Amino acid sequence: MSKKWRRASFLLTLVLIMGVLAACRSDNSNDSSSEVNGAEISGIVTAAGSTALLPLADVAANEFMSKYSDVSVTVQGGGSGTGINQVVNGAVNIGNSDVPSADKIEDEALAGQLVDNKVSGIAFGIVVNEEVKVEDLTIEQIQGIFSGKITNWKEVGGQDLEINVINRPASSGTRITFDKTVMKDVKINDSIGTNQDSNGAVENSINSTSGSISYLAMSYLVEGKDTSLKTITIDGAEPTTEDVANGSYPFWSYEYMVTYGEPKGAAKAYIDFLVSEEFAEKVDQMGYIPMIELMDR
Amino acid sequence: MKGHKSINYWKSEYIGRTLVTLCGIVIVLTTLAIIAFIAGKGIQSFTVSGISLWEMISSTNWSPNDGHYGALIFIAGSTLVSVGAVLVSAPIAVALAIFMNYISPKFGEKVLRPVLELLVGIPSVVYGLLGVTILVPFLRDSFGGVGFSLMAGIIVLSVMILPTIATLASDALRGVPPQLLEASYGLGSTRWQAISRVVIPAAKKGVMTGIVLGLARAFGEALAVQMVIGNTIKLPEALTSPTATLTGILTMDMSNTLNGTAWNNALWSLALILLVISFLFILIIRFIGNRGGTK
Repeated sequence: MSKKWRRASFLLTLVLIMGVLAACRSDNSNDSSSEVNGAEISGIVTAAGSTALLPLADVAANEFMSKYSDVSVTVQGGGSGTGINQVVNGAVNIGNSDVPSADKIEDEALAGQLVDNKVSGIAFGIVVNEEVKVEDLTIEQIQGIFSGKITNWKEVGGQDLEINVINRPASSGTRITFDKTVMKDVKINDSIGTNQDSNGAVENSINSTSGSISYLAMSYLVEGKDTSLKTITIDGAEPTTEDVANGSYPFWSYEYMVTYGEPKGAAKAYIDFLVSEEFAEKVDQMGYIPMIELMDR
Repeated sequence: MKGHKSINYWKSEYIGRTLVTLCGIVIVLTTLAIIAFIAGKGIQSFTVSGISLWEMISSTNWSPNDGHYGALIFIAGSTLVSVGAVLVSAPIAVALAIFMNYISPKFGEKVLRPVLELLVGIPSVVYGLLGVTILVPFLRDSFGGVGFSLMAGIIVLSVMILPTIATLASDALRGVPPQLLEASYGLGSTRWQAISRVVIPAAKKGVMTGIVLGLARAFGEALAVQMVIGNTIKLPEALTSPTATLTGILTMDMSNTLNGTAWNNALWSLALILLVISFLFILIIRFIGNRGGTK
């Protein structure tokens, strides 16, 4: 008897689990059917992509959901490419990306269908190992270091110490921004130094490698993490909201939420909330640059 | 009575057989589907994106932004790091197997075997972390440079594949008939002579299979190697210089490139190359297995 019971309860559990799974699926496919006006916002928003934007998107999602209880926002990482891929496939409503979608997509007809919504700015810092006795570098000096022409810190006013370059992989959003805003026409020399896969790995190897230099998103350097890394100014300008907004600090970019067509319903409300004035303070706190600061740029 | 029996027969025979057959078919179909998918994707870089196969396997110029997709550095990096790991690991593993079976079977059974099983269970990311926090600084302090190097990859991998080779070698040694050993002793050989001239040659097939399996595992390992090898896109000049592997470039770039772009297609081709190489390893194992031999 008890054996039969056990079997029956096992089957019942299986059926229940499958039921729950099926429910989840149907929940997901039940897209954001919502009214945008006023507080009548409800539905489901799914977002995936850039890991650089993930912390901000996550916090925004939580605050947004506590404001509008009928909305459910899920944010996942996966990388900028994954984000755009999933939007194109219709798997998510919003694809988070560090670069404009047109930069990644070769198919121009498809690129025309996608809308890049700017949700914040993000500044990047040039970081060095704390032993390095250099406080400021010019754009030309940075270009020289990453192209392999400058190989010793004494050539840029520091001590006699070999420079160890640490790069991100060529497809990384951080590196693409570095390429565009700092290196410009000068090519990064991939055969010097090492490549590290993530912000965490970069931080780790800068800490432990003497004479090392790399670049990190400022959102990664808040929360007391910057104490062990030394951030260098570029031509005297600092990677702060102020210097980015007044145009003196070049190494920054927008973060994008890519949608297929203009954003609608709950997705639009979520994006609007992210760029709103009421959320701007939080954006600043987390190391990003609020859109209202970048209005005149 | 009879009816009852036939129901039981039906339950225990046909249900079981159908389930097992279904599982078998599903596994075969899954494998075929994976191969077909990777091959289909991997071929696109040659058919759609117009990259030449020859350039991919013979050029060292990997700069996707300028349309150059030479993967020789990654192929060489993967090969060097896994062959290096096997060269370090195989002698130690065979020695361990001899120790476990002939020198001190009790200690081997009680301590060594469980330890090896534990080693298998450690996730590769943990090996990578240990490599980054302990091995890389150690190499940097002893040999100079940045520490991220071919050597770091070889050492991490050799620890990872050690249990695979040791377990298979040990099984092979255990399968050697005791008569061979006794006959060898009877002819007046020392223990060393008996082991090195009789037991090892008799177990050669199993040991070789273990080594090739270890090589295959080393080739396919991504994370731990990627964390310590430096991922510099350059052929290594020495054991202490950093380089990159096939699996490393896949994990770094796959999530940031878009489906259908030449860059993404080229990455799929690298995956196809990996698959082809691991098939080669399996063929070698098959070949060793079919050659007969003592066991």
